Order: sequence, then structure tokens, then C-alpha cells
Amino acid sequence: MENKQTPLGHIGFSIFAWIVGLLIFFPIFWMVLTSFKTELEAVSMPPSFISFDWTLENYAEVQARSDYFRFAMNSVILSVGSTLVGLLFAVPCAWAMAFNPTKRTKDALLWMLSTKMMPPVGVLVPIYLVFRDWGLLDTRFGLIMVLFLMNLPIMVWMLYTYFKEIPSDILEAARMDGATLPKEIIFVLLPMAVPGIASTMLLNIILAWNEAFWTLNLTTADAAPLTAFIASYSSPEGLFWSKLSAASTLAVAPILIIGWFSQKQLVRGLTFGAVK
Amino acid sequence: MSTRSSTLTGRIMSAPSIIALFLWMIVPLGMTIYFSFLRYNLLSPGMEEWVGTLNYEFFLTDPAFFASLANTLLLVGSVLVITVVGGVLLGLMLDQPIFGRGILRLLVIAPFFIMPTVNALVWKNLLMHPVSGMFAWIANSLGFQSIDWFSEAPLTAIIIMVSWQWLPFAVLILLTALQSLDRDQKEAAQMDGAGPVSIFFYITLPHLSRAITVVVLIETIFLLTVFAEIFVTTGGGPGLATTNIAFLVYTQALLQYDVGGASAGGIVAVVLANIVAIFLIRLIGKNLDR
Amino acid sequence: MGAIRLEKVKKTFGTLDVIPGVDLDINDGEFVVFVGPSGCGKSTLLRLIAGLEDVTDGKILINGTDVANEAPAKRGLSMVFQSYALYPHMTVYNNIAFGLKMAGESKAVIDEKVQNAAKILNLTDYLERRPGALSGGQRQRVAIGRAIVRNPAAFLFDEPLSNLDAALRVNMRLEITGLHQELKTTMIYVTHDQVEAMTMADKIVVLQAGRVEQVGKPMDLYNNPANKFVAGFIGSPKMNFIGGDYAKKHDCHEIGIRPEHVAVSTESGDLPATVKIAEHLGAETYLHVNAEGFGPMTVRATGEVPLGEHDKIWLTPEQDRIHRFDANGIALGKL
Repeated sequence: MENKQTPLGHIGFSIFAWIVGLLIFFPIFWMVLTSFKTELEAVSMPPSFISFDWTLENYAEVQARSDYFRFAMNSVILSVGSTLVGLLFAVPCAWAMAFNPTKRTKDALLWMLSTKMMPPVGVLVPIYLVFRDWGLLDTRFGLIMVLFLMNLPIMVWMLYTYFKEIPSDILEAARMDGATLPKEIIFVLLPMAVPGIASTMLLNIILAWNEAFWTLNLTTADAAPLTAFIASYSSPEGLFWSKLSAASTLAVAPILIIGWFSQKQLVRGLTFGAVK
Repeated sequence: MSTRSSTLTGRIMSAPSIIALFLWMIVPLGMTIYFSFLRYNLLSPGMEEWVGTLNYEFFLTDPAFFASLANTLLLVGSVLVITVVGGVLLGLMLDQPIFGRGILRLLVIAPFFIMPTVNALVWKNLLMHPVSGMFAWIANSLGFQSIDWFSEAPLTAIIIMVSWQWLPFAVLILLTALQSLDRDQKEAAQMDGAGPVSIFFYITLPHLSRAITVVVLIETIFLLTVFAEIFVTTGGGPGLATTNIAFLVYTQALLQYDVGGASAGGIVAVVLANIVAIFLIRLIGKNLDR
Repeated sequence: MGAIRLEKVKKTFGTLDVIPGVDLDINDGEFVVFVGPSGCGKSTLLRLIAGLEDVTDGKILINGTDVANEAPAKRGLSMVFQSYALYPHMTVYNNIAFGLKMAGESKAVIDEKVQNAAKILNLTDYLERRPGALSGGQRQRVAIGRAIVRNPAAFLFDEPLSNLDAALRVNMRLEITGLHQELKTTMIYVTHDQVEAMTMADKIVVLQAGRVEQVGKPMDLYNNPANKFVAGFIGSPKMNFIGGDYAKKHDCHEIGIRPEHVAVSTESGDLPATVKIAEHLGAETYLHVNAEGFGPMTVRATGEVPLGEHDKIWLTPEQDRIHRFDANGIALGKL
């Protein structure tokens, strides 16, 4: 069907497609643009697209006044932390399920997935109470645990599908070559699985960074990540659009970039392998 | 492949994850179920008493529940329709040769990576603000009155935001599925005399049906618990106009401190999600056997 | 030293007896081929010997020691996999060196052995390449190199030529046979291709459904098959089986006669037949005929034979090449 397009049709369709794409992207574009305007400029009508006084004052203010850096660090700690803990649990688990499957393996995998499908609100109460009573509220440790547990099923699942793609006879060859189990994993399995592990890590960082239920309910000041910080702009005083835009741009930029590089992995991870 | 020794190793290696998830799910769930049978208010701790199914009765006969149920279904349903239809169309669009298609794809995918709180506030302020927002300007330029979204059509506003966020997800999935369609099939159909529309309905769409099902099921699971957008923009209001079940439970638990009632509500949410989950698990399970 | 003996080796998967019980003797330096149709258990048997699967019961003796409970590495065997199973992230050099590295050999020793193996297999120019940059035949050689370098008691080959195209297969067959002549190590070779079995083996083990049907030298199996299965499996095209009156004349339930042992005449003979399809290969001609009263038969004639569809011919089986089988398919002696 592709080869039936005329050159003119090709250009026309491309223009149409780009218009659609730009429309979809517009809110993000507008947000970034606003971050470079003064507050007055941001709320003025009609809105200006290019000819205004570009300024970086918002970015400076966001850091100076509200200690943006601390929230960003929390986001980093929570996402990277929960990812590393997750890998610690998920890699052996996925390895076992991929290479030593038992009759129960399939059921176990599906059950793990089902825990991800439980709405968090169903356990909000006990988790909140447990956190409160054990002094875990507003702690980075507590949040890392929660985020790790929420995403563990996806990590196990993704690693499982990647491990399954490693031909088992290569591992058998290693065994015949005299490799003990640890050596087999270190010298043969892990090098071959590095792309898969990297993808899983990226996906997990994205999901943890953007998580906006537990991070909103279980943190107040110390452990609050960027999601909570941005949420605090929902009831501000005075003009705040530019600052909001600046803070938001900073908050989403890293994930946007990571996400752009990991689209395929996203599909695999979020559909639990049901779509390849 | 598996020899005696490695089966045991396998069990040991998968045990921590399984135990961790078991504790994470079963223990809190058990506690929620237990709480749901108590009259337990955080403001008067230590005075819990067993009330049986009273909380469920209150919750399920509370007009707030019906309102939130309706909102939930409306929200989920609308977003599903918008994202699936939009996803198919955009997927078809991106499957064609376009100048700079790679970059275009990045633009279309971008909204999914924006954190929900940013998403919500950017829409609420920069776009939908009745005085200084983008939409207001467009409306005024065309001679219309600008809409005060969050007073007049709050749920619609939320639906728009959430759809915008999830559309890329649907596009990604459906595009991936589209690109796995054999060119051979399409060419065979062309030899058989089928035009583009017939090809779409008889070949493309059936091939996509599986991916569409996956998209619908997964989105439903996540959409049932939309929270951040509501939290940050309307707080559930005005009135109950944008309260869904998740938010209702939240208000009862952490704003009204009614643990018993909130727990009952939470269980209701879990049951709803489980219904969808059963279908999704079966679908994935079938895929595992492939 | 590579003498291997299997005593009552049994393998059960769940409730399925994949291998009910096998006894086998393999002498040092022998080239033994396990052959049989898909699912007959030949690969399973190989993997049991290798240690990649556990036996359910029985003994596997390598040079007199029972290794049934030993890990693969401890058995002193090397395996060449059907898919070669090369380590994609390592160079050819490191692929070959891996086993020695696992055994803790010094760098100097490793280098010497790897270079040696590379020379034998013509891989010296490719040592720094990755498997992805090699052709099928080259990868095969790397797999063999990896196996040679550990100086095993025996080599195990699991259908190594299946993934190669026809021409390459013929070449590699000769190379492997040449290797065996040079190294004189025991080799156990699994294939479903009876041509490979006949051309390469000192001893063939024919398997069906986990059972050993017959063990013997290639020509023994060709000339004296123990039952209908072996008779029909060895030799291509397949042996013809004729029942009815003709078999009764030979005092048995069915006779078997190979296509190459039937004389063809346009004038006279034992059995009248009509040609359905004639395959002309130049060096020989295969005639697929319908023998009157007995059904389809295949007959082989040397050279070019100008026969085609609908031609009427006469077939005369060579009397001393006729195999007799009873009602259970067991071979009876010659008349």
C-alpha cells in the first residue's frame, strides 16, 4: 500500500501528520515556552509565542525559593533506589523461572502480575497505618519499599521474557565447558542479558519517577519527590505559572529523554509481553 | 535442562520475590478486609467495634458511592474510547512513510512520560484557565465565550487530561502490533482486489483485535485508580462531580478518618479491578503458552 | 581413553517412559551413530550421557566409573550442539578458550591449545571475530574447536549438520570423519539422516520410541536388518515390502526387497507393473511403479533408462537379496 502514494500525496500526508503530531505535543511545548516568560507575560492575553522577553529567572527562583534540588534528589533516590532493590529480587527470580521452570512457574508468574493489578486504594488504609505506626511515613526508605513492591511484578516479568530469549543451549554449552552455576551466570548469562536488564531498569525508573499515588499520600516534607513538589502548586499564592512551568520542565525532562530511548521496552513491559 | 540440583536452586532464587509480593498483597488486603468490618475512626482510636457488614451497607447505599461509581465508569469508558479510536488512527498514520517520522513519533509519544501532577496542572492553568489559558484565547478569537472547565465541565476536563496522557500508550502498542502485520497478507488481499478500506476492516482490524484487547484491559486496570489528576485539580469537586471510587476512598480514609468505611470502599474497588484482571490474566496466560 | 557403557539406562519425563531401558557398549575410539526418526530418544540419550539430563535409573560408565550422578563438566566429555551454541559476546578465540579458562589453565597453556585447535580447523584467521560475523560452516568449526581443545574422553555431536545447506553438509561430513581419523577419540553422533549414519559410523545404533532396535556395523544393518523398522529405515530409497501370494511363496508374512536389488525388464520377469513416475537423475533412474496386485513399489536402475508414465515393465527381485519378515515384523533367516 505504501508504494501507491504519489509524491504530492506523500508531502500532503506528511504535512497533515505533522500538524496532528504538533497538536498533541503542544501542551508540552507551551509549558516549556512559558517557563521562559515572566509571570506577567505568562498570564497576559493574547499569549505570545516568540516575541517576548526570554528570561531564566524562573529557573533560578524555583531552586532558590523552594529548594527544588532537594525534591529532585528525592525523585532520583526513590527511582534509582527502588530499581536497584527490585533488580536484587527480580533477577534471581526471573532467572529461576526462565531456566528452571516447574509446573508452578506459570501460575506463580501470573499471580505476581495480578498483584500489580490490585488498585492501590484498596490497601491505602493499612499501608498508611502501618507506615504511621512504624515511623515510616515520609521516609525515603519506606517509599523505596513501596515503589519496589509496586513494580516488582513488572520487573520480574520483563526480565523473564528477556531471559527466555537467551537460547538455553548456550548455557548448556557453558555447563559442558565446566562452568559452575555462578560462573555460568557471570560469564555467559549476564553479558547476554545486559540489554534486557538495562531496559528493565529504564522502565522501572520511569514508572517510579512518575508514580503519583503513594508519593502523594505517604510523604510530606523529607521524602517528598518531584510529584509531590509539583502538586504543591495546586493551591499557590499569587502568580505562579512561569515558575510552575519551569519546575515542571525540569521535573519531566529527564524522564522524557529516557522514555524516548526506551519505547520498545515500554511496550514489552507494560503489556506484560502480550504484544511484541 | 533442569537437573535435580538446579530445581532446588530455582526455588530458592524465586522465593524472596514471591514472599515479598505475598506479604505486600495479602497482609494489607487482609487488614483492609478486617477493618471493613469494624467501626474504626482515626479520631477516636481504641474504640473500634465489630459492625459486620454495616460499612458495606453504608458505602453501597451512600449516594456518594453511586455518584463516584458513575464518574468512574464515565471516566474509564470515555478515556478508553478516545484512546483506542485515537490510537488506531494515529497508529495507522504513523505506519505510513512520512518525512521525519522518527521525530514525529517522539512527539506523539511524549505525553505518556509526563508525571500526572505536571500533566494536570499544565492543563488546568496554562490551557484551560478561563481567562488566561490557551483555550480561552482560541475561543475568544473565534468569537465564543471561554469555558470555565473546572466549574462547568470538570469531569470532561479530567477526561481530556487523562486521555491525552494515555493516548501515546495506545498508539505505541497499536503501532507495534500494526508493524507486525505481514506485508504479504496485505499484498495477497490487493491481488484479490481489495481496496484500502476493505483491507482495513477485514485484515488490519482483526489483526489488531488482540492488541486492542490488551490496551483496553491494561488501561482499565490503571484508569480505575486515577488519583493524582483529581487530587491536584479539583479535589473531587465541585461537590462530587469529579470524585471517582479511588478518590472517594481516599477522602473517607485520610480526610474523614473513617477507616472502616474507607476499607469497605477499598474492597469494592478491589473487586471491580479483579473482574477486569481475570480477563487480562487469562489473555496473558494464553500468550505464555505460545 | 573413551570407553562408554550404558547399563539399563532409563529416563522418564513425568509419567512418560521416554527411554524404557537401554544397554549399550561403546569401545574406545569408535565412531558411534545414534539414528532414528524424530522423537525416538536419540538426543535424550546423548544428553543423558552428557549429563545435561539426569537418568531416572541405570548406570553410565565412562572408563569403568559410573558418572550418572556427576555434573557434565566432571565427565570429561565435549558436546557440539545442533545450533552450535557459541557465546555471541565472545570472540572465536575466547569461545574456544572458555572451557580451559573454567578449568583454570594458565594463559600460556590456553594460548597454545587454542592456536593448535584453530590450525587443525582452519580458524586461525578468524580468531578475533565474533560468531555473528561468521558463516554457518565457520561457526560449526568453532563449535568443534571448542570441543577439541578440552581433550575429552569422547565427543558428543547433536545433529551438527542439520542447519547447513546440502553442499556444505557433504563437506562437513568429510571433515568430521577426517577429524575422527586424526584424533582417534570416541565420537557419539546423533542424526536422523541415515546417509550420515551409513557413511560416518563404525557402529550404528538404531532407535525407535526409546528402544534400541539394532546395533551393528553399517553394512551389517544394510544386509541383515533385524526387523522391518531397521530394514525400512536404513537405505534410501526405502525398502519395498510385499505381502500376499508372493510372500507366501517365500514362506513368510512379508518380504522386503531394496529398490536397488530389483531387475527391470520390458520383456519378462516375476512381477508385472506399470510406471507412474520416473525420476531421471543421470547416474541412476528411480521408477515409482504400480506392481499389479501388490501396490506401489520403487525400483532403481543404473544410468539413463528411457521409461516414463504408463510404460509396462516386469520386475524381478534378486532372490538372494530378499528379506523375510514374520507377522510381527521380525526378520527370518534366508530360505
